[in-house]
Amino acid sequence: MSKRSIAQILVGIDGNTVLSGARNIKTKLITEINKQGLSDQVSVIETGSIGPINKGVVIGIYPTGEMYGNVTEKDIAEFIQERFIKGRPYKKLLLEEKIQPEIDLEVYDSRKTQYFGRIVLDNCGKINPEDIEEYIGTGGYQALGTILKEKTPEEVIQIMKNSGLRGRGGAGFPTGLKWSFAAQEKESPKYVICNADEGEPGTFKDRLIMEGDPHRVLEGMTICGYAIGANTGYIYIRGEYQLSIQRLKKAIKDAEKIGLLGKNIFGTNFDFEVKIKIGAGSYVCGEETSLLNSMEGFRGEPRLKPPFPAKSGFLSKPTNVNNVETLANIAPIVLNGAEWFKRFGTVDSPGTKVYTILGHVSRPGLIEVPMGITLREIIYDYAGGISSGEFKMAQIGGTAGDILSAELLDVPLDYKSLQEVGHNLGSGAILIMNNSVSVVDFLKCCMKFFVHESCGRCSVCRIGTKQIYESFNRLEKKEAYFDELKNIKELAENLNLVSFCPLGQSIASPVLSAIKYFKAELSEGINPNKIHEPVTREESGTVSSYS
Amino acid sequence: MTVKEIINKYGNKRENLLQILHDIQNQSPQNYINQEDINLLSKEMKIPASDIKGTASFYTMYSFVPRGKYIIRVCESPPCHLLGAQTIFKAIETKLDIKEGETTKDGLFTLEGTSCLGICGVAPAMMINEEAYGNLNEEKIGKILDQIQEKESK
Repeated sequence: MSKRSIAQILVGIDGNTVLSGARNIKTKLITEINKQGLSDQVSVIETGSIGPINKGVVIGIYPTGEMYGNVTEKDIAEFIQERFIKGRPYKKLLLEEKIQPEIDLEVYDSRKTQYFGRIVLDNCGKINPEDIEEYIGTGGYQALGTILKEKTPEEVIQIMKNSGLRGRGGAGFPTGLKWSFAAQEKESPKYVICNADEGEPGTFKDRLIMEGDPHRVLEGMTICGYAIGANTGYIYIRGEYQLSIQRLKKAIKDAEKIGLLGKNIFGTNFDFEVKIKIGAGSYVCGEETSLLNSMEGFRGEPRLKPPFPAKSGFLSKPTNVNNVETLANIAPIVLNGAEWFKRFGTVDSPGTKVYTILGHVSRPGLIEVPMGITLREIIYDYAGGISSGEFKMAQIGGTAGDILSAELLDVPLDYKSLQEVGHNLGSGAILIMNNSVSVVDFLKCCMKFFVHESCGRCSVCRIGTKQIYESFNRLEKKEAYFDELKNIKELAENLNLVSFCPLGQSIASPVLSAIKYFKAELSEGINPNKIHEPVTREESGTVSSYS
Repeated sequence: MTVKEIINKYGNKRENLLQILHDIQNQSPQNYINQEDINLLSKEMKIPASDIKGTASFYTMYSFVPRGKYIIRVCESPPCHLLGAQTIFKAIETKLDIKEGETTKDGLFTLEGTSCLGICGVAPAMMINEEAYGNLNEEKIGKILDQIQEKESK
């Protein structure tokens, strides 16, 4: 454990703050502290995202918990003077938010929307992600040590099943059950894969987890390896995530150095190694079978299921694929038990969920809240309300997610409650839009994304995405056919029914939900007199009869 | 490094193909993978050249045509779109006199659209090579591009 001083300044270093000059601020803080003779009392710690985004460089003070935003180099001398010599908050840059405290179960109410502490992001913004000792100091690798010595793999799987943890990648499949499938397989070697190909627009929770607490992910993978009988893990990560790649590589090296990865972990006969595979820019590779093809060096097209990856995955061996956030939940569950975990969230979806809130809100950012809180609570209690104009709609779960109108502001956000009203929770992105946004323009943008990302393997998706895009194009120009909406709906339903993989299937979500809630607005683009012209013999040789 | 050395670094198993392609492209001054390299890869890795090209062309990060020294990738995904990605495109197009997908005459810049870069917190955003830029507006883009041009003209 590194030496702790009386107060610590946490500098959040992540993709967003680096752009605002966080690294220079850190250097400047250290220089200034030395200059003012405070070096034995105040230390500066580099950490992952502290929470607020769009606030420039954000720094936090520990243990008092206050945060300062938009910090610039010329503020620093005055800041140190005020805060540490005079001992009062530096009002000029003080933010309303505070660092989320540790969970206090005595006062914890699973439905309360106050900042209540965090599970997954507990260490993010508090420890130096590049220092393994700090992770160990907060109880890191204790879960792994305990299970290796005291629990059988079957018992570990039972804990996961009891906890009710569901996959956080979007589909919500029970994690314990998934592990048990791979564990049953006799063939070896087996593989654990961490899906860090976070491509869903608006989602960057996994990046912040990997940047802020990389060891948590490694520990989760190792526990999974022990439970299913695998000795090798891979992290498949987006090529764009340079800082995550760098921090994970360092974390792997550090863990290997002190025997927490590699041969004979904790002196037992269990071996586990973790390798990194870097993606090359493809949205569909987030789908687990496409990811496997990409890892093997092929086009990232989805595979036919069954056989499921648990039976025949990477290099046709039994493989378990989990999302980053799912794996980050493992160590706390093992350490504190399934019953502890179930005290958070709802009966059907225990635990917390990490969301990224974006768009027209006053305080966009990253939050971890219990499952089952409502959209209204997220917007008004956490994100500071709508930044300008009025709430019009929200898209939850990224571009492949449903569009919700104002009437759904009070539906609890968990897997089951949303299913009951015909929607899905998805990956954790929440995009809030005010009344300046046109539904047609927004959907056109979503469809452009799908046209680009459709892998082309099945024709419904390859052609269907393009056709829906063209429809929205016509709606925008107010030149749509009289039955355009009916056709879009039919096409989207067909995509959902017959597409080969979830990419094509999920296109129906934004399209159908938009038609459901904003039919009147969409209809404005229709020209009632425009009918489909019969196609002549010459034309039909080259073009299809209906555009 | 020669293509052969890159292959030796990772091993000639198929599963290492994407990483090898990344390295070949990264060391090309024009940011692309040429046919000669593909033929060499094909021989060394015993994978048909058509198969290698078919695989690589699936991924947006690889290119088979020469590109600029600096690749500007502007995010086109909905969160950036809402906050003005289109004006960013226009600003760059006007400033550099190229359209999306084109390279400037001096071979310095290529403009590309891209899907989410995962830095939506500072939308609208773009990347120039490995460097990310956020909270963009016309003025900021002008400055960023000027800086690069100045650096290169020295």
